[in-house]
Amino acid sequence: MKMTGAQAIIKSLENEGVEVIFGYPGGQIMPVYDVLLDSKIRHILTRHEQGAAHAADGYARATGKVGVCMATSGPGATNLVTGIATAAMDSIPLIAISGQVATHVIGTDAFQEADTTGITLPIVKHSFLVKDPADIPETVAEAFLIASTGRKGPVVIDLPSDVSRGELDFKVTEKRTRLPGYKPTTAGHARQIKAAAKMILAAKKPVIYAGGGVIAAGASNELRELSRLLEFPVTTTLLAKGAFPETHRLSLGMLGMHGTSYANYVMMEADLIVAVGARFDDRITGRLDTFAPHAKKIHIDIDPAEIGKNVPVDVPIVGDARGVLKELIAALKPLEEGRRKGLSAWHEQIKKWKKEYPLVVPVGDNLKPQFVIDEIYRVTKGDAIVVTDVGQQQMWAAQFYKTTKPRYFISSGGLGTMGFGLPASIGAKIGRPEATVVTITGDGSIQMNSQELATAVLNEVDLTVAIINNGYLGMVRQWQELFFNRRYSHTNLRRGESPDFVKLVEAYGGTGMRVFSQEEVEPALKKALKTRGPVLIDFIVEQEENVFPMVAPGASLDDMIGG
Amino acid sequence: MKHTLSVLVENKPGVLARVAGLFSRRGFNIDSLAVGVTEKPEISRMTVVVDVEEHSLEQVYKQLNKLINVIKVIDLPDANSVQRELVLVKVKAEPRNRAEIIEIVEIFRGKIVDVGKGTLSVEVTGPGSKLSAFEELLRPYGVEELVRTGTIALPRG
Repeated sequence: MKMTGAQAIIKSLENEGVEVIFGYPGGQIMPVYDVLLDSKIRHILTRHEQGAAHAADGYARATGKVGVCMATSGPGATNLVTGIATAAMDSIPLIAISGQVATHVIGTDAFQEADTTGITLPIVKHSFLVKDPADIPETVAEAFLIASTGRKGPVVIDLPSDVSRGELDFKVTEKRTRLPGYKPTTAGHARQIKAAAKMILAAKKPVIYAGGGVIAAGASNELRELSRLLEFPVTTTLLAKGAFPETHRLSLGMLGMHGTSYANYVMMEADLIVAVGARFDDRITGRLDTFAPHAKKIHIDIDPAEIGKNVPVDVPIVGDARGVLKELIAALKPLEEGRRKGLSAWHEQIKKWKKEYPLVVPVGDNLKPQFVIDEIYRVTKGDAIVVTDVGQQQMWAAQFYKTTKPRYFISSGGLGTMGFGLPASIGAKIGRPEATVVTITGDGSIQMNSQELATAVLNEVDLTVAIINNGYLGMVRQWQELFFNRRYSHTNLRRGESPDFVKLVEAYGGTGMRVFSQEEVEPALKKALKTRGPVLIDFIVEQEENVFPMVAPGASLDDMIGG
Repeated sequence: MKHTLSVLVENKPGVLARVAGLFSRRGFNIDSLAVGVTEKPEISRMTVVVDVEEHSLEQVYKQLNKLINVIKVIDLPDANSVQRELVLVKVKAEPRNRAEIIEIVEIFRGKIVDVGKGTLSVEVTGPGSKLSAFEELLRPYGVEELVRTGTIALPRG
């Protein structure tokens, strides 16, 4: 069938099952937008391309599907960059389609020209600059395959305007991919699995350390089964919150810089760490040369380059977390006799740590941020998709909102992108309209993409946006307090002077509330959850509250402030 | 320690940038990098000499393999591979020492490829160490310009 490049792009996206594109039109992408008007694919017009990228990312994290965003050339594409990098750091399947100037003017510094494939090179899993309309069907098929398999990640398709205007013969059956260099390992090596099983059975002080790969692989059930079978405690990273129910008796909650004290003590005392879909990031290990000195390490990861990158590993298993865990369970089941007794001393020790160093909401007359999060947890019955921004509120949300299901906690981990929360919430809600979505953000973060309130209002996106407003760039202030002699250099946002967040959301056509005291929190939340469209609650909280426990940068994981 | 890696890549635009970008981004030092076509026109071979420790070599190898356009990465130890490099040297050659220089060139089985007024341009191929030795011998006469291709290599057998 003869069609234009633009028609081929949209047709290919339809063939991939794309339901929604988050984007923003402009000169060089206009041919594609023209075709989009006649497509069944929904388009969400954001108010900034960065919002489009984060919304597509939030959609992907909430649904497990590939998120798609689109922008024009030059500034449109450069505005996507932060969103692409955010997705890359957290291994999120994302397709970013950017317009580009016509092929014959590429390299001439044409109007709105930017070297998009060049600029995004270090932050993509792969990218394509399409030079011939005939390549479009294959390119889109390859982009989706690459984004959604192996270690997932963002793929950029840069589309010059003459390519989208040009013609091709689109064969309906066409879904070929030619990727001779792309063969992700998915099945774990049988001998390695056997070696891991042996090591697991010998352990006296084991722990499972689960990362975002468990959620990416859809391996939460297998993780729970493994933990139950072995009676192994489980700690999860920020990105794995919900991969294992945090209400489970074997859960240790989050580990790392702001993890629970007991999770960190368990890691440091363990004789075996079973890492699944995690990458021993610096926020997890603390000081590397003192990290988990007694532990043998089994590392299950889809990406061979992660194995041995930061920490030496005893049994590496490259493969998909779900498949590997299944095989590991199968290998262990027949051997698993009388195991539970052997671990009782370890469980006693963990119980002691949990009792001695619990995570508690601090008491006081003032409105504490932790109290607000705890109330959000209580009022939503722990059943909301929580999308956070970056900073103190993110860590409090991680500590006090107990997540029990995968894809119910969405946060920018690796890149730590302020401004992620609101647009990602919009994407999550659009992907999961049946779910309650709560955005936990800060007075700093919200202002980095507050323009997306318009997107939420106009698309009738039901959101509860909770601003934990302490008047500071709180996490930076906390570090200034602890490591820079309380010299608060440019972190005071001058609460009460500007902006008025309630008026701001009202200006956009949403609902605003302000909460000063503990008693007001529950009624405000209940009202917000019942109100249609976006509701923003400005929680005026204690200004200089800190996130504890905290492993100072460069300190050993068991050396916690306020632990 | 120096390692020679033979990297088979798809012959597509931007592949060199992806490989070079990977090395700079991850802080791996490249000693030399030579690119050319192979027996198959759709595949190019990059020969990269890197100076890294064993642990980093593993990362180089794995990170290269993650690039979609990289088809295969082969570590080529000196003992199991043939490694060659070419050098072009323009050396000052006065009439009184011209014969000496020609003799050195012959010992290294080189070729004189250009004769100028007061200079000789010489081509020598061989493993890098041989070229370095040759360079050292010519240096006292006055090397005006010099260029090396970087190592290319194939596995033996």
